[in-house]
Amino acid sequence: MIRHVTSRGLQSLAVLAVMSFVVYGLMGLMPGDPIDLMIASDPHLSATDALRLKALYGLDRPWTERYLAWLLQVLQGELGYSRLYARPVLDALLPALGNTALLMLTALALALTVAVPVGIVASLRPGSVFDHAVNLVAFASVSLPTFWLGLMLIVVFAVSLGWLPASGIEDVGGDGGLAERLRHMALPVATLALAGMGQYVRHMRAAMIGEAHHDYVRTARAKGCSPARIVLRHQFRNALIPVTTILALELGGLFSGALITETVFAWPGMGRLIFEAVMGNDFNLALSGLLLATAMTLLGSILADLAYAALDRRVSYR
Amino acid sequence: MTPVAARALRRLRHDRPALLGVAVLLAMIGAAALAPWLFQDPEAMDLTALFAPPSAEHWLGTDELGRDVLARLAHGGRVSLAVAGATAVLAAVFGTALGLLAGYHGGRLDALLMRLTDGVMALPLLPLLIVLAAVDPAKLGIPPESMGDEAFAIGRIVVIIAAVGWTTVARLVRAQTLSVKARDYVRAATAIGASPGRVMRRHILPNVASPIVVAVTLSVGNIVLVESALSFLGLGIRPPLASWGNMLTGAMTVVWSAPAQALWPGLAIFLTVLSANMVGDGLQRALDPRAGDAEF
Repeated sequence: MIRHVTSRGLQSLAVLAVMSFVVYGLMGLMPGDPIDLMIASDPHLSATDALRLKALYGLDRPWTERYLAWLLQVLQGELGYSRLYARPVLDALLPALGNTALLMLTALALALTVAVPVGIVASLRPGSVFDHAVNLVAFASVSLPTFWLGLMLIVVFAVSLGWLPASGIEDVGGDGGLAERLRHMALPVATLALAGMGQYVRHMRAAMIGEAHHDYVRTARAKGCSPARIVLRHQFRNALIPVTTILALELGGLFSGALITETVFAWPGMGRLIFEAVMGNDFNLALSGLLLATAMTLLGSILADLAYAALDRRVSYR
Repeated sequence: MTPVAARALRRLRHDRPALLGVAVLLAMIGAAALAPWLFQDPEAMDLTALFAPPSAEHWLGTDELGRDVLARLAHGGRVSLAVAGATAVLAAVFGTALGLLAGYHGGRLDALLMRLTDGVMALPLLPLLIVLAAVDPAKLGIPPESMGDEAFAIGRIVVIIAAVGWTTVARLVRAQTLSVKARDYVRAATAIGASPGRVMRRHILPNVASPIVVAVTLSVGNIVLVESALSFLGLGIRPPLASWGNMLTGAMTVVWSAPAQALWPGLAIFLTVLSANMVGDGLQRALDPRAGDAEF
């Protein structure tokens, strides 16, 4: 077990290293470079100044060399300064990470609260009218473009009805109280929950149906177990194994997965931060944000392995 | 026609959701393909009729520049559907080639290719796509005069999405190749001196065709979602060329003054993705060798 996790961890570090190299290279291919931006903001800079600045920041050296220098700094915990937010990169990343976690975990909890019971009930009678209806709704949910769903919610609840704010995390000049926060969370959380619900229902239903044919279910029935007890105590607990694994896999993706929703609702989270950093030529912030998102995703897949082994005694990683 | 395909077709004929999906997709493709002849000029502006409500002349009304919404939807559909089709095929070709190589040759090549696949699969896709889409073509040595081209705009986004979208097919093909490779008829073919290329083409590829078809069909919906999301963010298909995604960007900027603008492009994306998913799901059931015909 420990060996398995260690090897997965080392593999993830390798992926992270390759990813940082590739992304660093791609950043250099984006329009504009830092010196051009400086010149654009200060007309007094001459061509010789520009050359001098390039040498000062090491931009005249080949990018592989610059990458190594950057990597060395990051390994020492020096992530650099964010140009866009005018503060150290870490000070911009951490609040965004917190905002995203708040948004995503609330949406996940809401989606699961609905999806788990609905998936179980649909699995009891495959092919029934209820099952077909659930399938159709679940299909619709996985096919929805989140940005459109978000826009539609804005049109209905913010524009037409005027019940809820369309963007941001708190009112301009508001007191930032709990009720105000909740009102701002309502629409993005609803968007993410509605879009995520479908696949959880499908996974839950499939896992429950998969368990229904096992011998232990027949044994329990023969022993006189009540149907409710069979479903909840026997089937459900086993069906949780694949569902939990899928959830753990998604946990990592959660932190960047809300990129579109965060952009639509101007929610200051990780996804929007990465997007704005890339668009605004904020290299330090974009690099660190992307690597953090990648690390989270890789960590999620290791957690999925661990959850699988912890829940299913038949699995052992030697 | 092979027995497998015949059985699949027989099953599909009784699968109502899949048939509905096929019908909707065909209608969409038809309208998109014939858009230049069926609909008005998508870029013709009528500044006297901004945000006009639906009328006999403009069936779905006009947008913020007085352009016909229906015409823009149809022309946007040309772009979105062309991107989806081309990306699905390109990603499938790439994934199949890598999967065949890895599965057939095994050993170090297999280990290397599969680590690469695992690596790409583990990455956060959307942020990565955004970085790829933000790359300046000029810095890749592409002459600026070809960049305004419609074909270039479509090709760029196809390559970007296909670059991260080949992993599922690669894994499927590798797994299937591994199991087929050990069968007697493949070993017989190798023994009588068939070249690896011939063995892969004649004996392995036909056996991995079914899962590829299912995976590619199911990927179409996702590609439409990803392309429209990138275009919505301003990184995919850029105006004035219409795509469903960038029509929604326009709609979002006017959401307070003309909320109805956001309805149609999103509905088009939703219907396309839903239909593609229903067809893919139906194909999966139809091509499943373990399932009986009685299920439908």
